[in-house]
Order: sequence, then C-alpha cells, then structure tokens
Amino acid sequence: MKNICFYFQIHQPFRLKKYRFFNIGTDHYYYDDFLNEEKISYIVNNSYLPANQAILEMIRSSNKKFKCAFSISGPALEQIEQHAPELIDSFRELAATGCVEFLAEPYAHSLASLYDENEFAEQIKMHAERITELFGKKPTAVRNAELIYSDEIGAMVAKMGYKTMLVEGARHILGWRSPNYVYSHSYNNKLRLLVRNYKMSDDISFRFSNCSWSDFPLTAEKYTDWIAAMPAEEQVLNIWMGYESIGVFQNRESGIFEFLKALPYQAIAKGLSFVTPSEATEKNKPIDKLNVNTPIGWSGEEKDLSVWMGNNLQQEALEKLYSVSERVRLCSDKPLLWDWMNLQSTDNFRYMSHKDAWGTNYESPYEAFINYMNVLSDFLQRVNSQFPESIENEELNELLKIINNQELKIEQLKEELKKKEESEKPSSKK
Amino acid sequence: MKALMFGWEFPPHILGGLGTASYGLTKGMSLQNDMEITFVIPKPHGDEDQSFLKIIGACNVPIVWRENSWEHVNWRIGKQMNPDEYFWLRNGIHYDFSRIYTNDLGCVDFSGRYPDNLVEEIYNYEAVASVLAHQLDFDIIHSHDWLTYPAGIFAKQISGKPLVIHVHATDFDRSRGQVNPVVYDIEKRGMDMADHIITVSNLTRNTVIERYHQDPRKVTTVHNAVEPLANVERFQKTPREDKVVTFLGRITMQKGPEYFVEAAAKVLERTKDVRFVMAGSGDKMNEMIDLVTRRNIADRFHFTGFLKGDQVHQMLAESDVYIMPSVSEPFGISPLEAMQVGTPSIISKQSGCAEILEHAIKTDYWDIDAMADAIYSIVKYPAMYKSLREEGRNEVNNIKWEYAGQKVRAIYDNLLRNK
Repeated sequence: MKNICFYFQIHQPFRLKKYRFFNIGTDHYYYDDFLNEEKISYIVNNSYLPANQAILEMIRSSNKKFKCAFSISGPALEQIEQHAPELIDSFRELAATGCVEFLAEPYAHSLASLYDENEFAEQIKMHAERITELFGKKPTAVRNAELIYSDEIGAMVAKMGYKTMLVEGARHILGWRSPNYVYSHSYNNKLRLLVRNYKMSDDISFRFSNCSWSDFPLTAEKYTDWIAAMPAEEQVLNIWMGYESIGVFQNRESGIFEFLKALPYQAIAKGLSFVTPSEATEKNKPIDKLNVNTPIGWSGEEKDLSVWMGNNLQQEALEKLYSVSERVRLCSDKPLLWDWMNLQSTDNFRYMSHKDAWGTNYESPYEAFINYMNVLSDFLQRVNSQFPESIENEELNELLKIINNQELKIEQLKEELKKKEESEKPSSKK
Repeated sequence: MKALMFGWEFPPHILGGLGTASYGLTKGMSLQNDMEITFVIPKPHGDEDQSFLKIIGACNVPIVWRENSWEHVNWRIGKQMNPDEYFWLRNGIHYDFSRIYTNDLGCVDFSGRYPDNLVEEIYNYEAVASVLAHQLDFDIIHSHDWLTYPAGIFAKQISGKPLVIHVHATDFDRSRGQVNPVVYDIEKRGMDMADHIITVSNLTRNTVIERYHQDPRKVTTVHNAVEPLANVERFQKTPREDKVVTFLGRITMQKGPEYFVEAAAKVLERTKDVRFVMAGSGDKMNEMIDLVTRRNIADRFHFTGFLKGDQVHQMLAESDVYIMPSVSEPFGISPLEAMQVGTPSIISKQSGCAEILEHAIKTDYWDIDAMADAIYSIVKYPAMYKSLREEGRNEVNNIKWEYAGQKVRAIYDNLLRNK
C-alpha cells in the first residue's frame, strides 16, 4: 500500500530594519517591527489560518485518515505568538486530532549544522523543547533548515537520538533511484531518511496555477491517479513544501483549497493512505543507504547551498557570525541571545545572493550585506564587551567545560556527600 | 546598409562624452559586415582612426562655388582629403549659401568646439549637410545630439531617407530644468522630424517623451557601452594605509559634488583612515573647498584639479571607491571605466548607467546616509570590496558596443522595412 507523506514548512525571519553604520554602538534594536507584523499578518490570514482550517476539515471528513506534519521555526513561532496567537490555538486543535506530527528543526532556522555542531545540537534541543511545551508531544523526526543534509549532519542528528530525518531528493545523490522509498544513513543504520519527491511537490507549490503548464489544470483526481500509477512496491511519496504555497503562492482563487480538500477522498478511493514522517520510517524498512558527501539543500536546480553561502559576501558574513558562537553561548544576557538566534536565520544570507535572493526586501544583494554587516558589527561589539577578544578560545573552552559540567559535578559531589553522611550515620548511632 | 552620420566630436580630440560614445558605437556597428558608415564632423584633425569608417570634415566641404586649381586644393586640404573628392562634392552645391562667410575654397571654418556662436555653427553645419545629401549615396541618416539635428533634418528633406536622432543628453539634464528656449527649440524640432529617436537610457527616454511630447513608440533606448581598455594591467593600485574614495568629473551642479562632501563628513565622524579625493574642475570648485573647510575635514579631503588621459584611469585605479552622485546623468560612462580597472562604484539612481549595472551600489543622489553607509561598508568589509571589484569587472567586460550596435541596426532595418 502506497503512502503519502505531507509536510509543511513554516518559517518567517525577523527582518532587519535599515541600520546605518553610524548606529553601530548606539542602537541595539535591529528589527523592522512594522514590516514583520505586516508580513506575518498577511501570511497568517491568507495562508496559515485558512490552510489549517482546510486540513482540520480534511482530517475530520476522512475520519482521521488524512495525516501530515509541520515544522515551525523558532522565529516564526515567536512572531505568531505575538501577532496571531489564534494560529497557535489552531495548531493545538490539529495536534489534538493525533493526525499531525510536529518536527524538530534548528530553532533559529540557521546554517549552524555547517558551522558549529554544538550550536546545531543546542538549537535542535531548544526547538524540540518549545514544541513539546506548546503541542504536548516530543518530536521524533528532524528536518534541518532548508533541508540541508550531509552524512556528517546525519551523524549529528543520530547522535541526538532521533531516528528520522528529512532530505531533499537531489538527483545527483539519488542517481537512478526513486525518492519514494525509505533510505538509511550511509553508515548509521539507526537513522532513516525520507526523501522529498520534488517533482510532485513542485507540481503543487510552483505549478498549480500556471496555465501554460501542460498538466494545467491540476485536479485531485489527476494527482492521485499519477500516484496510483507509480510502481506498486514504492513505499512513501514525500510531498513537502513551504506552507505559504497554500493560499499565497497559489492563491485562494486558484482553487488550491478545493484541491486539497478533495485529496483525501480521491486518495482513499484509490487505495492510497496518508502517513506522518515518523510513521513512514517505522512502517517501512530502508531499501538502501544514501551517501551524501557534500551538503545538499532544497533550493534551485542544483540542490546545493550556493544561494546561502555561494558568494564572498555570504561567506564573510557567516564566518564573522560564527566566529563568536562559543563566546555567545557563555553569555546569559537574554536580549543578546535572542539577537544571536535572529541573526542566524538563513534568510539573512539568502538576501545576499546574486543568484536568487528569494523573498528579499532589499534592492540589491549589496544593500542586504551592508545592512547585515552593520547590525553584525554592533552585535559583535556587544559580545566583545562581555567576553573580550583577548581571551583565547581555548581558555574559553576550559571555562565552558566547567560551566557545562557544573550540574554533573554538583551531582557527583552531592552523592559523595550523601555517602559520607551515610557512612558517618551508623558510627554516630554507635 | 549605408549610414550617413552627423556628429560633433570624434576621438582623439574630444571635449566630452559625446565623442567617446560616437566612436564606440560606430566601431561596434562596423563589426556588422555590410555596414558602411560615413561620419561627418565639423573639424577633423587628420589623426582620427578611419580604419572602420569614413570621416568627412565639414570644414572641407564646399558650400559656395569657388574656382580653384587642383594644386591649390591639394596644398590647402590635401592632408585630410583627396582634392578629387573636393571637386566631386562641389557638384553637390544646389543652393546659394553666399550669405554665409566662407574661405577661399568656399568652405566654412568650423571651430569644432562649443564656441559662443554655437547656434551659427549649427546652421552652417546644416548647409554642409545639404551638399552631402545631394552628392552622397546612403540609406539612412543618423544625427548625434542636438547640434547635428538641423543637419540631419535638412539631409532628410533633400534625400527622403529616414532620419534617426540619437539623444545623448537633453537640455533638461544640462540645466536642471532651466532650459534655454533656443536649444529646446532645436531639440524639439529634431525629435518631431525624426523617424526614430534613440536615447541612451530610459531616464532620457522619459524626458524625451514627457518634456518633448514624443510618441513613446518612436523612442527606443540603446544603452551606451564601454570600449575595452588596452593593457588594463598598466593600472595597478599601490598599497597604502588609508583608503581612497574618489569623485571624478566636472565640479558642477549637475554632478552633485556637495552630496559627496556631506557623505565624506559622515564617514569621517566614525572612522579616520579614509581619504577623499575630488578630481576635476568646474564652477562649483571654490564652493566645495569652502564646504570642506566648514565641515572641518580638510585634512582628509583633497582636490586634484583637472585630470586627462591616462591620469584619469590612474586615479580610478588608485581608488578604493569611485562615487558618482550625479543629480541627473543621461548615461554616465565613468563608473564603467572605474569598474574596468577594478574599482567598486557607487552611483546615483538618477544616472542612466544605473539601469544596466548590477554590481554597483545605487543610492539616491540626495541620500547622503545611504552613500556614507555604502562607502563605509566598502572600506570596512573586505568581502564587499572584493565582490564589487571582481563581479563588477566581469559585468562591465560584457557591456559591449557590439551589442549596442546591433540594437541600432535593428532600428535601421525596421525603419527601412516599413518605409
């Protein structure tokens, strides 16, 4: 029986305000509140909320047979809580049906997995905790920001104890193989990989309303027919996209909501079923290993990372940013830590791309770089004022170790104390 | 395809950007195999590069019939023109221009510059055009800038061939709105009579449509390009401690020098290791020196005076940033020249070249905050400098006159087809 696995990505960065170099050192608030509120409200009202309602309806009308997953980034969560708390309620309602899985991802929607393993692990942990807190269920599957994956990243995720990870179906990785199976990590069998079927995903997210597309108009019937016609032994069809595809990229008038609502009925009639990512890897055995030496992501034709870190501007910005990650983790200054998260969002670097600065609010990649670097300069000054550059990283590492291990150490000492007390007690009785 | 072009300047003796653009365009067009260009200028010096076109000096074309011996003509103008051609052109005199003051050969002594009696020269040039129009064989007429519009119109009326006029600038750019009615009249009549109008940017195109009331369908933008620089390696940057930010051009109201000074003051508030250079001369120079002292940045701000030839490229190559805050610039070739030698450029959005450049920083000419920010980022963030330098050089090396020439050719073809 073939399974369809839907997963929707929700991410909105904290966009930066216009920040000139003469603000460095004097102005420590970096965000364009007006723009951020406007963006989030627009997208919530046109996409997230109506799409949530549609999915709830689909779950109910299919008698809980429709299932899907969501991954909501940290910055998106914070903005939704601030500007559209009703959406959180709506997600809770979805969570209560038991048909929806929430994935873990690096909290800041960051590229930490490529620069700093500790930071990556910390962010995954942070995000998982927040999701558990909000929706009452601990995530068991991970998706990295922008579906970035390599063997190395897979190994980190496996080390954290997760069993499922989501990966882009890059052609140069799969070769002749089909994305519609469960795969496993190249050397760690415990980690199972789900692979995005980008053709079927993009049919909905990019092509749905394109009337010059040969398959226009796309109906639920046609779409499920395609799936039903695929080889019978294929296990799982991964249809993953940004959630704003529903209602914004493909607007209400395009009929996207009607398409979605018709899907469960059509699928079930053809003997197809729906699964969440964790169920998919539980139900199915991995068919092969995936070797990914150089990282892949879900953008463009090349499926590489060039749109985030392909040019000089992006590399300099990223290197400067992550050069202080160890110091920042030593800080307890909350506003500083919050800025640290927001400055890591992949969007900041995407806006600097000459190739494809998708979603940018800057006039050119250079302008994006200027603004970001000014903000970053101020941020670095703040970090430096707490932990001067003159302290070597190694010294810091020692300090870090002590701090990280302090609870363990305290525990150990407490136990020792107990033992001593116990050993002393009998003697005192005597 | 034979084109008769009227111009005012041609390298190496040039006074402004018009000569450079005329040279580049004709050279680019000459790459088309069947293109024959006859280029008329008021006064050639004899050292012009004629390998790809034929140059006729208007000062050697008789407009009043005079009897002269072959030897006399040879002695007078033999260096620039075959005497036989003189006699042949003389047969083209159909009108009585004896009211115009002419020399012993029946020719007008053009200055070839921009003298006080410019309007008189323009109409004398028109008389020359009538002789050429009667005698030469051509398919199309192409007039470069307002000085040559009357000549182009006359040639069109005589020959019945289509007229293309090329707007390199309008009086609105030169005067910031205070147009000279005589100039406006000549420009307007040229545009009205033209079969097609070529503008060097969309900015100029809009001016032509809105201020001169032209039909948009008749106006096409063909952006200028830049000639590849020979031996570009000659121009190297000498390592120095301070960064250099350069303004280069006429110091006039049109070029917005005061915005550069204000931006410099802003940058110097924050950082000290930057020097600012204002190269060129002009009527606003003293005012700028005054402003610099008032802003108290004279120790970091330098004036070089007028630069020419290789000095220009040398100055550009020695700079870390080139800035052009022009208030109104029909095209603006100098940022492209700066990028050729690998210098990052900041240009105003009010300049035509901003329409085609991607790897340059664009700001509004009045936005000194943005300008200061851009300067600061280029001198402080190495990736910014490196990226603009490398990507900018690649970009500008792909802006070729050959492509501009092809666009002009398409306009010619279209006109002749629909005739």
